[in-house]
Amino acid sequence: MSPRITRLRKVLNPPVIAGFKPYGPDAAKQNSEPIFLLYEEYEALRLCDYDMYNHHQASGIMGVSRPTFTRIYSVTRQKIAKAFVEGRQISIEGGKVYFDSDWYRCKNCDCFFNNTEREKEISACPLCNSPQVIGFDYDNTISEFEPALNDDICLCPHCGFEHSHEKGKPCVQHVCPKCNTLMKRKGIHKCTTTKVY
Amino acid sequence: MKIAITSTGNTLESTIDPRFGRCAYFVVFDTESKSTEFIPNPNKEAEEGAGPAAVQLVASRNANKIVSGEFGMKIKSLLDSLKIQMIVIKDPEKKISEIIAMLNH
Repeated sequence: MSPRITRLRKVLNPPVIAGFKPYGPDAAKQNSEPIFLLYEEYEALRLCDYDMYNHHQASGIMGVSRPTFTRIYSVTRQKIAKAFVEGRQISIEGGKVYFDSDWYRCKNCDCFFNNTEREKEISACPLCNSPQVIGFDYDNTISEFEPALNDDICLCPHCGFEHSHEKGKPCVQHVCPKCNTLMKRKGIHKCTTTKVY
Repeated sequence: MKIAITSTGNTLESTIDPRFGRCAYFVVFDTESKSTEFIPNPNKEAEEGAGPAAVQLVASRNANKIVSGEFGMKIKSLLDSLKIQMIVIKDPEKKISEIIAMLNH
């Protein structure tokens, strides 16, 4: 039996640079073979460590399962560690990915379309020729995936002040604007990162 | 320019087919001569590989845009490399004649 096809990984944007080069007096003496970091691995690192999503949320954004995401992420860390320790170049390329930024939506006829020529800017809808074209609505895709995420509320244990929880920002690091005590997540006694949805 | 539209029937009054690979008919619309051509999909009942076969059919007619309801995961990368634009219409009630009217602006 042939193996199951690798799912397309959704990547929001291609990285702004093509890779990294080591520098320093001995940089040239090191192994010159670059480490190839795939686009999906770059995206996993970005979602996890830059945007501070947990693996579960990040996997939904990339359109893969949570275990797959964790696997991609662990490979990323291994590759980056290898490049750092051995003083190698990092080249970001390849991977089975799909760029979200290639997709557009027309407000007039409510259709989605992609841009086949990345160099050219999209100015009008290919269907109705309306100029009301907007980029792919990234925020909507997240809320469709997990509408329950915004139900969390931060609570001040001292005066009872509440505000809606912001993703990726632990409640215990927030200070209540009324009485200056540290806040907590409502309903649970401590702010856990591993929450079952 | 030629544009392929997936259709549920072989008249202009039929609605758009939300599936790409297993749609009933392909409508190839030529924006220059304003002509339409209905092609029955030979892969409608195919067990697998209907998508790539449909891409081959559409590409052989030199279409550069495809209008459909959804594209499968085998298709997206394939169409990307062929530089064929995908247009997704989520409204399954849309008629072929309406889409052609939109294309004529």
